[in-house]
Amino acid sequence: MSRNSPVGLWRRFLALPNDSPTKTIGVAFLVSLVAAIAVSTTSVALKPRQEAHIQAAREANLAAMIATLPGLADAMRETGAETLETVVVALETGEIDPSIDPAAFDFLTAQTDPTQSQQLAAAVDTAKIGQRPNFAPVYLLRGTDALALVVLPVYGTGYQSNIRAYLALHGDLTTIAALSIYEQGETPGLGTRITDPAWQALWSGKQTTDGQGDVTITVVRGSATTATEVDGITGATRSTTGVSNLVRFWLGDQGYGPFLKRLKAGDL
Amino acid sequence: MSRKSNLHHLTAPLIDNNPVTLQMLGICSALAVTTALDTALIMSLALLTVLATASTLISLIRAHLPSSIRLVVQITIIASLVIVTDQVLRAFAYEISERLSVFVGLIVTNCIVLGRAESFAMHNPAWPSFLDGVGNGLGYGMILMVVATIRELLGSGALFGVNVLPLAVAGGWFEPLGFMLLAPSAFFIIGLLIWAIRTRRPQQVEANELVILTQEATDQP
Repeated sequence: MSRNSPVGLWRRFLALPNDSPTKTIGVAFLVSLVAAIAVSTTSVALKPRQEAHIQAAREANLAAMIATLPGLADAMRETGAETLETVVVALETGEIDPSIDPAAFDFLTAQTDPTQSQQLAAAVDTAKIGQRPNFAPVYLLRGTDALALVVLPVYGTGYQSNIRAYLALHGDLTTIAALSIYEQGETPGLGTRITDPAWQALWSGKQTTDGQGDVTITVVRGSATTATEVDGITGATRSTTGVSNLVRFWLGDQGYGPFLKRLKAGDL
Repeated sequence: MSRKSNLHHLTAPLIDNNPVTLQMLGICSALAVTTALDTALIMSLALLTVLATASTLISLIRAHLPSSIRLVVQITIIASLVIVTDQVLRAFAYEISERLSVFVGLIVTNCIVLGRAESFAMHNPAWPSFLDGVGNGLGYGMILMVVATIRELLGSGALFGVNVLPLAVAGGWFEPLGFMLLAPSAFFIIGLLIWAIRTRRPQQVEANELVILTQEATDQP
């Protein structure tokens, strides 16, 4: 066995005194390498399964939120609609793009893909999302005579994580029917209280705009006094403000604002 | 090592040298995950897996571990195993992993794992280290299951989510004790368990033969 063959080198490495610098660095490197390979292999191999679970949780969340909306079950029975109608909206113009198949539209990819999104200037990026997709899905429920419900997928940055939610608006497009946060990674026990159903229920019935049509809904410290205010959570100020910011962003001009205006005017 | 003494590594941590009730390690997670039996069971299995694997791996490379980076290497191995375990849970037991939230990840700071690596696996061959890991995992899991049984039964009138005591809200006689769902109740239950065990086994009160281990218990970060 030559002294420079891999096996020979390995034996010489093992024979080094444990406290020699070479062995110390070598052992540290090898342990890190093996650990890194193990962790990344597991992570990559299990990713599809985990995403499937998250996807299922998201759908269950949407279904659960819709089930709790007052009057929705009646509305669905009246119209005979089994599910919500999904459309893909061009956020810039607010128009529904019929050329995109809603079932095939991948909203998650569109959020980060540079060809499907545009950079936002810091001044307008109140939801702190960096870039905004050009297209976004919207779920509509049409009653027999008028629009009954619009569900908007919204997201943004809270205190330390990406918060994703569904925002449901009544047919008048200014009254919130429900807010359902289905993904977040805020501080356990503090920021995570934004997922508390009791807090999310506070959003129901709130007005998104003041009389002039400006989006003014906001989370306040302490108790809400007007129809466009929602109580904050003590200890979760940054997280609740994050939710408030992302709701305002997505209802505003950079978000679904143009679409909602057109919808209200009856253009769609 | 004789067969008998190897088996001793597996059985000793169950009562005689239990990591929770004797060494007072892993109390934090024992409070957090024991409101229901299913989370306690998954947490116990996760810790057992990490502990047994980490002890075995560290024992295998113990002869070549430079003492200056000994702890760093041990923690790297433990942390990697914890991440892998967490990922597996997220993939195959998503709902429970959501409820366990950060506590699977926090196994890395569980003093039982590093404690066994440092005090046992560093000085013993792989097979006894593996048995020692499994034994300590079982000892931890056993306490968790006992605490979780009491808390879930008295706190929600159920076992593994299946209702066993007729609840007052559903027309029965059992009024759930809300206190059992709060973390302090686990302190009381663990305290009573320790009292019971030490009454039966007074030698644990002094713990003369376990000086090294009690010493280590005071070293926890």
